[in-house]
Amino acid sequence: MIQIFFESILDNNIALALILGMCPLIAISTNVKNAVGMGLAVIFVVTITGIINYPIYLLLQRSGTAQLSLLVFIITIAATVQFLEMFLEKFIPALYNAFGIFLPLITVNCAVLGVSLFFVNREYTFLETASFSLGAGIGWFIAIVLLAAVREKMDKHGNVPKGLAGKGIAFIVLGILSLAFVGFAGLAG
Amino acid sequence: MIKLIRMKYTKWYNIMREGLSRNNPILIAVLGICSALAITNRVDNAIAMGIGVTFVIIASSATVSLIRQFIPGRVRMVTYMAIISTFVIAVQMFMEGFLPDIAEELGPYVGLIITNCIVMGRAEAFASKNPVKYTVIDGLANGLGYLFVLVSIAVVREALAFGTILDMRVMPSTWVNWTVMAIAPGGFFILGLYIWIMRSMTKNYETQG
Repeated sequence: MIQIFFESILDNNIALALILGMCPLIAISTNVKNAVGMGLAVIFVVTITGIINYPIYLLLQRSGTAQLSLLVFIITIAATVQFLEMFLEKFIPALYNAFGIFLPLITVNCAVLGVSLFFVNREYTFLETASFSLGAGIGWFIAIVLLAAVREKMDKHGNVPKGLAGKGIAFIVLGILSLAFVGFAGLAG
Repeated sequence: MIKLIRMKYTKWYNIMREGLSRNNPILIAVLGICSALAITNRVDNAIAMGIGVTFVIIASSATVSLIRQFIPGRVRMVTYMAIISTFVIAVQMFMEGFLPDIAEELGPYVGLIITNCIVMGRAEAFASKNPVKYTVIDGLANGLGYLFVLVSIAVVREALAFGTILDMRVMPSTWVNWTVMAIAPGGFFILGLYIWIMRSMTKNYETQG
């Protein structure tokens, strides 16, 4: 279980090795402050939806309609995000303001759906799913913050070729980051 | 009459050209890249994925366009999601049934077509405002643009990583495989370079990242 947790942060990092959640990763990584907000929101939502989707999947499997899990997962995720938004707005307004616009954006983050699909694919137990979800969230957070930090510096001091500026160079940076994370392989055990 | 045909032809042609090159979903708009990177280490995976996505774009855009007058504005996103996931489930079941090897390799990435921003983007930006016939063309153009990029990334990656294209040997036998091309970093580098080439060719620069 602990092994799965560290594996999903380091050598199976959801952004850098499994390549999930790229759209927001590229779009929101232009400065560190936003990246931290988005990253925290993802940790939160990924963990919660992973834990909620697991029993739902078992239920679907028992009734013989596992093919529909895709549709159900998406609805669960959308509903969870909506509910979280209302809950935070009412009870923890400070956190709600910190997340701002990032919460609704998460519905279309493929990292969230990806986590739910991966635990089905790898046939995890409940505890393994929980630690995998949390680890995946933290891994994604690390990836977006690192990328944003590099891009912020590069905007100020870098001398990037015209055609590469913006998204192009973001991919090259991601490639190098991901190469570094390949070096963690086997570290988790 | 001839004028009418010509006008129709130009609109179709323009939609087609927009999707294929000028507004290529991956290279210019940078949408739907998760799957573009994750599954392009082999050409046959890329082709299967591209065709699957094309089918989902066409089918879901056509459906959205058919019922666009009846979808209330406030719940349109959820409605699109439901329509798209129905077609994705169809693709998933088809692949499992007829192409079990490829379905095995693609794994959860088939299901992730749902969150492919291109599908949702076309439904929201084009299908919700246009009649069915143009929507189908637009879906086809965007899908083919996507397929084209996927295959061209996969050709380079498979050749460098395994020395083969579609399992046919293309590199000399002394070729040393670049294992790194088969995993994530290779995908990032190749896509970065493609964006660079595409933007330099079309002079479509991004001023501020």
